[in-house]
Amino acid sequence: MLNKNEEKNLHNNQPETAPKNQSSFYFFPFLITFIVMFGIWMLLSGKFDPFHLSLGFISCAIVAFLSSDLLFPSPILKGKLTVFLRWLCYLPWLTIELYKANIHLVYLSLHPRMMDLIDPRIIKFKSTLDSELGLVTFANSITLTPGTITVNVSSDGDFKVHAIDKACADSLPGEMEIKIAKVFRKV
Amino acid sequence: MDIFVCILLFSGLFFLTAGSIGILRFPDFYSRLHPAGKLDTLGTLLAMLGLALFNLHHFSLGALLTSLKIMLIIIFVFVASPTATHAIVDAGVRAGLAPWTKGEKRR
Repeated sequence: MLNKNEEKNLHNNQPETAPKNQSSFYFFPFLITFIVMFGIWMLLSGKFDPFHLSLGFISCAIVAFLSSDLLFPSPILKGKLTVFLRWLCYLPWLTIELYKANIHLVYLSLHPRMMDLIDPRIIKFKSTLDSELGLVTFANSITLTPGTITVNVSSDGDFKVHAIDKACADSLPGEMEIKIAKVFRKV
Repeated sequence: MDIFVCILLFSGLFFLTAGSIGILRFPDFYSRLHPAGKLDTLGTLLAMLGLALFNLHHFSLGALLTSLKIMLIIIFVFVASPTATHAIVDAGVRAGLAPWTKGEKRR
């Protein structure tokens, strides 16, 4: 089932992004961009009198009108919300992993015989993720977690990763990729 | 509450200190980026969280806004830190620097 969906996604990739010269104004991307920006405006200004609010309203409307297609490259919003919510559920797990990875790294960097413990290497593997956002999330998560740094990612999923010791290198791609694939699977 | 804030702040400082020591002690460019990319992220996250909580001590709208701004800093660090680490690693690879392997002399 999942494979079928992935294939579909590959074929749909091209038509989903709207052509540039077509006049492309879509209401819902505009509205969401506007709400996000107005929230940040209120947060950063901290003034709630009518004058400042109307200034914010006007400038947010202009900027959202001009650049709502940056935040939403494709006007198709179906399933975006689900992906976003699943991504939010992924964050706590990432934070716990970050904590574990850091304790390991603190142990390494404070260990008196650190030079014997580390064994840096560069490993390569191919990821099965196909969405660009998924790849970026995966690359950043690799850098944040288990003693590994992403050196290079290509858009078809070839990863080059620098790992600090053998155990860290063996843990990739592993559980994290499965979790991210779950987050970004088609609805 | 105060104890919790103290724990957060001190663990944040602990991670930042360990990160600095790690940067000094690791043998080469690439392995030094490990503590720089990870320990600093977690250290900042914990310390900022502690500050945001401490700031809510006398609850008011202004204090809440300041805490939310601190949370914004956390989000930006969380996104920017791995990306910056990746950019630095990439610069090293492009310049042709070979990674240190076990058994070599430290650089």
